Amino acid sequence: MKTPFAITLDVGSSLLNKTGSWRTERPQYLDRLPPCNHACPAGENIQQWLYLTEEGRYEEAWRQIMDDNPFPAVMGRVCYHPCETSCNRGQLDEAVGINAVERFLGDQALINEWRMEAGTSTGKRVMVLGAGPGGLAAAYHLRRMGHEVTVFEASPQAGGMLRYGIPKYRMPREKLRAEVARIEQMGVALQLDTRIDDVLAARDEGAFDAVFLAIGAQLPKRVDIKGNGEPPVLDAVTVLRNTELEQTTGLRGQVVVYGGGNTAMDVGRSAVRLGAKKVTVVVFEAREHMPAHEFEVTEAREEGVTLICLRAIREVHGDTVTLEKMVPGEGRWPQPTGQFENLSADVVVQALGQNVDTALVDALTGVRTAEGVVQVGADMQTGCAGVFAGGDMIPSQRTVTTAIGHGKKAARNIDAYLRNGAYQAPEKHEVVNFDMLNTWYYSDAPRTVRPMLNVMRRQSGFAEIVGNIDQEAATFEARRCMSCGNCFECDNCYGVCPDNSITKLGPGLRFKFKYDYCKGCGLCVSECPCGAIKMIPEDI
Amino acid sequence: MAQIPESLQKVRFYQTGTLTVGNRLLDAEHRSVQATLDRSNSLDSGHRACQGCGEALGARFAIDAAMRATDNRLIAANATGCLEVFTTPYPETAWSVPWIHSLFGNAAAVGAGIAAAMKAKGRKDVRVIAQGGDGGTTDIGFGCLSGMFDRNDDVLYICYNNEAYMNTGVQRSSATPGAARTATTMPVGKDPGNAFNTGKSVPLIAMAHLIPYVATASVHDLHDLEHKVTKAMGVRGSRYIEIFVPCPLGWGSKPSDTVKIARLAVECGLFPLIEAEHGEITGVTKIRSKTPVADYLKLQRRFAHVLKPDNAHQLEQLQAIADRNISRFNLVDDQGGQE
Ligand SMILES: Cc1cc2nc3c(=O)[nH]c(=O)nc-3n(C[C@H](O)[C@H](O)[C@H](O)COP(=O)(O)OP(=O)(O)OC[C@H]3O[C@@H](n4cnc5c(N)ncnc54)[C@H](O)[C@@H]3O)c2cc1C
Ligand SMILES: Cc1ncc(C[n+]2csc(CCOP(=O)(O)OP(=O)(O)O)c2C)c(N)n1
Ligand code: SF4
Ligand code: SF4
Ligand SMILES: [Mg+2]
Repeated sequence: MKTPFAITLDVGSSLLNKTGSWRTERPQYLDRLPPCNHACPAGENIQQWLYLTEEGRYEEAWRQIMDDNPFPAVMGRVCYHPCETSCNRGQLDEAVGINAVERFLGDQALINEWRMEAGTSTGKRVMVLGAGPGGLAAAYHLRRMGHEVTVFEASPQAGGMLRYGIPKYRMPREKLRAEVARIEQMGVALQLDTRIDDVLAARDEGAFDAVFLAIGAQLPKRVDIKGNGEPPVLDAVTVLRNTELEQTTGLRGQVVVYGGGNTAMDVGRSAVRLGAKKVTVVVFEAREHMPAHEFEVTEAREEGVTLICLRAIREVHGDTVTLEKMVPGEGRWPQPTGQFENLSADVVVQALGQNVDTALVDALTGVRTAEGVVQVGADMQTGCAGVFAGGDMIPSQRTVTTAIGHGKKAARNIDAYLRNGAYQAPEKHEVVNFDMLNTWYYSDAPRTVRPMLNVMRRQSGFAEIVGNIDQEAATFEARRCMSCGNCFECDNCYGVCPDNSITKLGPGLRFKFKYDYCKGCGLCVSECPCGAIKMIPEDI
Repeated sequence: MAQIPESLQKVRFYQTGTLTVGNRLLDAEHRSVQATLDRSNSLDSGHRACQGCGEALGARFAIDAAMRATDNRLIAANATGCLEVFTTPYPETAWSVPWIHSLFGNAAAVGAGIAAAMKAKGRKDVRVIAQGGDGGTTDIGFGCLSGMFDRNDDVLYICYNNEAYMNTGVQRSSATPGAARTATTMPVGKDPGNAFNTGKSVPLIAMAHLIPYVATASVHDLHDLEHKVTKAMGVRGSRYIEIFVPCPLGWGSKPSDTVKIARLAVECGLFPLIEAEHGEITGVTKIRSKTPVADYLKLQRRFAHVLKPDNAHQLEQLQAIADRNISRFNLVDDQGGQE
């Protein structure tokens, strides 16, 4: 080619110069495990469903939850949300209101009647004992995998403690009923009012190939209290169950509840609603060591429940309850002082926790119990082949999500068992902690406050106390999510590369490095807000 | 007075507001040029700038925005300096804009000449940018620049300020800050590093010429930078933008810290982001969360001595300069923060 005057070479492009050879480390995209997902006992992919919610893709978001947890509307109400406790945004301003968004999505599904389908039939049959959250979750997942499932439930209604424990003001029954009905619509058979006492006989009679036990912990723990039977000493499990069944609870006049956990709060708050004149919760532990969640204590007090901490009930006689003052001892365990005081009462309720009725498994050879609960292997199987167990009856945190997580895990293992294989859990990604984020990029956004019913109405009935957040608030709250460890297509890496070494692949497709040119400066890693890029050494 | 247009403020809660390069939740018109699939990449891959070069980054940010604003009718004149040397080792070039290099000190004059030629040809649509480093701007090219301003030639001059003569091995320029180590201002004696001189500021000098538009920008705030370049291209006459571009090699910083250092320079007050029209300040970008200058200094070896107890007086002097900028340009919002 003829070049202009004094020019001897044609113009060349710098693209001929492959600066990738300078590199000693290479950036790589990865998905890290957000702490919320990591903390969720049901293993929900929270970051992903928030991501979909941000864009208004509510049904997809809901289906993402449903992959792990069949009870979004329930969980959005009763879950103690360990996800929020571990949310990275909590270190920036306040945790994302994950639970409120989950409830919003759960309710959307009920309004729009979104359904789930059963999987292609495998011809295998599974028997589930107990229609609590653990049993129902297992049944749901097994049904999605194509197995025939029958759930046997001793009570007249499904739900376990969701129905017979947690009061209506926290768990409205129509939501529970609707989420259970959706599982039934998938073809899960529910046999109510059917108590099973001989597991193997029932299994053989129904020609089931595997069994999942999720009978919970139904037996009230009691301490012996001296007295003459007047005033009556009741237990929380029975009182709450009778409240649900709309039978006489015996709660009247001055009610004294003994216990410091969530159950004690629920009994006290139910008593307020049932018209008790005065409700006092006597707590053995010091205030700061009470097992009840802070919000439950606060709400109970707002409703007029009185709390007396560091007291042991020693005697119940006539209309008097005798309390011994305790002092904080070593660790959490309080010590007696020999000083007493009296409290007048018309009824006393013990709310000291529940035990598992292990009689059911006594007849099963190979099943081991320890400390009152049934032992299972990593695959959720008991010592009796083909009999799996989960929920409150095995070592557990005894929460609804934990039971649901057990149900899911058991379903996967039962499925593998029915296919004569072993379930191989996928490897977990590394957890993203706060210092892997570049939080400069997140604008300040205070958490949405959930509306609460006013105290007068709370005291006078069982209406749900925590209100809904609307679509705008749910979207806003989802958008507060920092998308920890998972690219949300903010284009930062694509923008900050001084070498134009990143290709943007378009919406939903993320990005790709041009390793021919990337010099390995690491700017993309530093400026990725959510920690979705990592530098790894080159082999040189 | 914030730089971000009103319309963008509405979406500030959209996960990362307007701070990231793009955001899938923003409508297309509110995304940065850098976020688009079809940005011009006027400074393309294969250039020979160091890892993490702030100048290479700032140049692509600025020229891509100018290309978008002028519908790709742009000619650039470049002073000698890193930006010229690392992009265009004859006969290769990393530029995908018509681009000319002449001398170290005459970019403003070359730009003015091109503008005159375009005017003579009746090509009003073709716009001109002249660009160079701080050395080529505040020192050797200063006379040409002032002349261009004085004649109000229709040129946007962009100075990429990396605070020294980097291309020839980090010699001091009149834009080098006090106390900084360079090859010619070694950290020895009782006032180590560069002398604290009077504090020459070319943006303020440009304002004194009463030209239509003057602004400062930084590679850490892309939206602000693009907004300023776009605004400048919408105006005729002489315009001046100075972009703060950290240099890992000359400053002794980690290549991965380039954007962070630029952010800290602005957040501590040492590099105020301002905008001025016809000699009057019309906008300042508020500091989002005020940081001590030490946070900025400690990431750079050129200031290592400043953080030693013996040289506490230098740290105080630098903090005083930052504080003066903050009060002078009202950089911190009384309500506290930009949002
Ligand atoms: C008052 C109270 C409040 C609570 N509040 C919360 C809360 O807010 N959030 C939270 O996460 N957790 C809460 N919990 C704990 C939570 O309810 C339980 O951890 C969870 O329900 C356990 O689920 P599960 O499926 O293991 O057992 P369960 O829910 O107890 O269900 C077991 C089911 O098995 C049935 N069953 C038992 N034996 C048989 C048999 N032999 N044959 C057939 N059926 C049988 C029972 O009738 C029952 O329906 C609360 C518990 C109580 C008591
Ligand atoms: C008249 C003249 N003197 C000296 C030089 C050598 N020289 C080339 S680039 C340069 C320094 C450039 O510094 P700056 O303008 O700040 O740009 P940077 O490289 O820092 O981006 C010098 C001194 C030259 N090319 N011409
Ligand atoms: S910010 Fe989002 S991804 Fe990160 S922990 Fe919180 S909810 Fe999960
Ligand atoms: S910088 Fe933004 S676009 Fe790039 S990987 Fe991180 S989140 Fe995704
Ligand atoms: Mg320079």
